[in-house]
Amino acid sequence: MSLSPDEVRKVARLARLDLSESELAGMAEQLNRILGFVDQLQAIDTTGIEPLAHPMPLDNVFRDDEPNDSLPVDAALHNAPARAGAYFAVPAVFESEG
Amino acid sequence: MTVYDLTAMQLRQAHAAGELSAVAITEAFLERIRQQEPIIQAFLHVDETEAIRQAEAVDAKRRSGQPVGLLAGIPVGIKDLLCVRGTPTTCASRMLASYHPPYDATVIQRLRAADAILIGKTNLDEFAMGSSTETSAFRPTRNPWNPECNPGGSSGGSAAAVAAREAPLAIGTDTGGSIRQPASFCGIVGLKPTYGRVSRYGMVAFASSLDQIGPMARTVADTALLLEVIAGHDPRDSTSVPRPVPRYTERLTMPPQPLRIGLPREFFELPGLDREVEAATRAALQEFVARGATLVDVSLPHAADYAVAVYYLVATAEASSNLARYDGMHYGHRTAIAGDLATTMSRSRAEAFGPEVKRRIMLGTYALSSGYYDAYYLKALKVRRLIAQEFAEAFSRCDLIAGPTSPTPAFPIGSKVNDPLAMYLSDIYTISANLVGIPGLSLPCGFSRCGLPIGLQLLAPHFAEETLLQAGHLYEQVTDWHRRCPPDPKRMTGTSPNLDSPPSALE
Repeated sequence: MSLSPDEVRKVARLARLDLSESELAGMAEQLNRILGFVDQLQAIDTTGIEPLAHPMPLDNVFRDDEPNDSLPVDAALHNAPARAGAYFAVPAVFESEG
Repeated sequence: MTVYDLTAMQLRQAHAAGELSAVAITEAFLERIRQQEPIIQAFLHVDETEAIRQAEAVDAKRRSGQPVGLLAGIPVGIKDLLCVRGTPTTCASRMLASYHPPYDATVIQRLRAADAILIGKTNLDEFAMGSSTETSAFRPTRNPWNPECNPGGSSGGSAAAVAAREAPLAIGTDTGGSIRQPASFCGIVGLKPTYGRVSRYGMVAFASSLDQIGPMARTVADTALLLEVIAGHDPRDSTSVPRPVPRYTERLTMPPQPLRIGLPREFFELPGLDREVEAATRAALQEFVARGATLVDVSLPHAADYAVAVYYLVATAEASSNLARYDGMHYGHRTAIAGDLATTMSRSRAEAFGPEVKRRIMLGTYALSSGYYDAYYLKALKVRRLIAQEFAEAFSRCDLIAGPTSPTPAFPIGSKVNDPLAMYLSDIYTISANLVGIPGLSLPCGFSRCGLPIGLQLLAPHFAEETLLQAGHLYEQVTDWHRRCPPDPKRMTGTSPNLDSPPSALE
C-alpha cells in the first residue's frame, strides 16, 4: 500500500499537525518507505490468532472509592499557556454565530 | 581511587562507615559533571544547590541517628522523561521546554525515600523516540568512548553520564531497547525490567503497553541495588504488578544448578550483524560454558524477521494516541498565532514537535485510521502474539536467551538521522522483549578494534530478573570489561566539540 499526497494531508489533519507543503512531501516519501517495510507482515498467516494488545494478562483492577487530596488550583494552572482566574483560557470552541 | 570512580555499593560502604559524607560524594560528582559536560552533554538540567541541599539533609539524618535509606547520599541521574516536582521535565521536546511538573513520579518518590541524591535530568531522544539521542530538540549527547559517536538512545544521556562517571547510577526507560542499546553503546549495564515490575506513574507515556523504567549502572550489583529501590506495586499504576520485590542485592550468587542458555539461531544469521560484535558475544557465551552452562539451540523466526515491523506499528499507534494530549491547552507549547481551536492545536503541535515525533504520530494515526486498522494495527497485534508464543516455547527449554544487544557498536553522530529505517533496525534484538513484556539485561562483553564497547543481551521469562542479575554477576566475576574507563575527553585530539548554547527553558 502507498500513501498519496492527499492521504498524507488527511492523516495530518486527523493528527492535528499543521504541516508545511515541504514537510508533507518529505513525510509522504518517508511514510511510504516505512509502510513498504511493514507490509511484509501481510505475508504471515495469522488465521485463528488472537491479537495481543498487552504483554501481561490483566483483569480489571479495582480500588475503593475513597476521597483523596487533589492538586490545588494554582498548582494545576501553573503550566497553563493562558489562564483566566481559576480557569484555563482557551480559544472559543464553537464559532460565534454573530 | 577518586570518589567518582567508586561504585554505588562502594559509596554506600564509605558513607555507612563515615568515611564520606553525602555532601562530599555529591560535590565530587558535581565537579566531575562540570569537567565532563562541555564535551559529553549528558545532562539537560543540573541544579547544584538543590543537589547539595538534598545531601545535607541526608547527612543531618545520619548525624541525628535516624536510619538512612538504601541509596543514602548516592547521586542518581534521571532521564528527563520522569516527572520531578518543580524541576524542568522537558522530554527533550520544545513542546515541554518550560514544563515544571506539580508532582513526583513514583520512581522519584522511591528514590527520595531511599535518600538518593537527584543529581540532574539527562538527555534523551525527543519523547524517547529514537536510538541515538540525536532527536533531542536541545542538543546531541556524545559517547564517552568516542565523542564523534552517539551514545545510543533513547536513554543516551543516562548511559553517557554513568559511563563518564558523572553519576554512579541513572534511571532510564525502555520502550524498544532504550535502556539496553545505549548501555551497550556506552559499555555499562542496563536492565529493562518485566512489564509491570516498576510503576510507570509520572513517566511521560510514549507507548503504554511497551514502556518500562529501569536501572543503569556500571556493575550488575549496582543495577540490582537500584532495581530493588524502584521496583514494586503502585496503586497509581494499575498495570504495575502486586508481587513481592526480591532482595536482588542479597541474591546475586548463582544457585548451583547448571544454567541453560538458549541461542536463537536467527539472531546470529542476521545480515547486518557486525563480525566483532558476533565474536565478542560468542566469546562471552564460552565463559558461561566454562562455568557449567549448557547452550541450547532455539528458534525465534518471527521475532527475528518481524519484530521491528510489529513494533513500528504498535508503538506508533500507541504514541499517536498518547501524544494527542499535547494540544496547547492545559500545559505545553501554545502557538502565538491567533486562530480557532483546531487551528491553534494543529499549529501548536506543528511548531513544537520535531521531525521524528511527527513521523511517528503520522504513522500511528494512519495505522489506526478507518480502513487501515485491520490491515496494520490488528495484523501487528496478531504477529505480536506469535512472537510471544515463540518465546514461551523457547523458555520451556532454557533459563535465559542470549545474543548481541545491538548488531553494531555505536555509530557516528549524523550517520543515520536521515534514514529512519536504518535507525529502527539498530533495535532489532531488543524490541521483542518489550512486545512480550519480559526482562532484558545488557552488559559489557568486549570492545571493537576502534575501542567502542560491545554489549551482551540476556533475556529471561517474566519476573526472572533475579536469574538475569545472577548470570550477569557471574560473568562480571570472570571478566573485567566493566572496569574499563573511557579516556578523558579533554586529552582527545582531533575532536572539535560543538558547544551549543543550552535551551532557553533551562537557563
